[in-house]
Amino acid sequence: MALNASALKVGDTHSERVVENLSRTQIVQYAGTSGDYNPLHTDEVYTTQVAGYPSVFAHGMLTMGLTGKMLTNYVGDGRLTKFGVRFTNQVWPGDTLDATATVAAIREEGGVKLVDLTLSTVNQDGKEVMTGNATARAD
Amino acid sequence: MAKITFPVEASHIMMFARSIGDTNPVYHDAEAAKKTEAGGIIAPPSFAQSVAQFNPDYFLRPKPGQPWFGSGKTASGVEGKASSSGGLHAEQHFEFHRHIGPGDVLSVETKPGASCEKESKRAGKLMFRESITEYRDQNGNLVITARSVGVTTERPVSQG
Repeated sequence: MALNASALKVGDTHSERVVENLSRTQIVQYAGTSGDYNPLHTDEVYTTQVAGYPSVFAHGMLTMGLTGKMLTNYVGDGRLTKFGVRFTNQVWPGDTLDATATVAAIREEGGVKLVDLTLSTVNQDGKEVMTGNATARAD
Repeated sequence: MAKITFPVEASHIMMFARSIGDTNPVYHDAEAAKKTEAGGIIAPPSFAQSVAQFNPDYFLRPKPGQPWFGSGKTASGVEGKASSSGGLHAEQHFEFHRHIGPGDVLSVETKPGASCEKESKRAGKLMFRESITEYRDQNGNLVITARSVGVTTERPVSQG
């Protein structure tokens, strides 16, 4: 279902819990499908003993993918025209993430109705792990 | 960097959607996807980054017969590697001109963008490097433009 521009107002939000208790196995799954096998994400021995981190951590792109799931559920399939993010904190195994889209603007460009959204994904401690912006075509 | 040919395949999209926990049928069920506005299976928005699978030289994939910096007999298979965190992903931006799906064969080219240096409390000196990637379809049309920012840190990012 696509967004209906006339039913939206600036400040409207949509939130979803996009992962609960993130498993190392899901991070491995993401490594396999994205092709990013950086051992920082899957190799506890390397990451703790060589890289100096407390444990492996998720690919930023996994957080983007998880947040994208909330976003496409909200704006509809194939409706995004822009999706951009900044990774602000690392995501660790065991984390639970909530992703939120907030309507920032509703506009029209060349007869196409567009909705601008700001994005924020936070962990179980309320710490922001990712911020971003997206634009979607609306009806 | 040379152009990479990225054939978009249904099974790859299905596995990618699974890895982000997305059960939307538009990513795996051809019949159900046909009835959606997309008109068939499409790829999730951040799928484009999986072009790494088709880069023969991708440095974050182990290659037969070559030392790998992850652990094996020892904590790292590469000796003398500095204990820095190496590169991290700072930003990723996609612009979609069209959503891609199975059957698309993309030609993908990455060019370096701007770079800058910053000082941070949590990780010391930071070196940001931007790259721009253009994805063109089999008809030569630009379908996705991506801008990626990577950061190299002086030391591991302190937590807290």
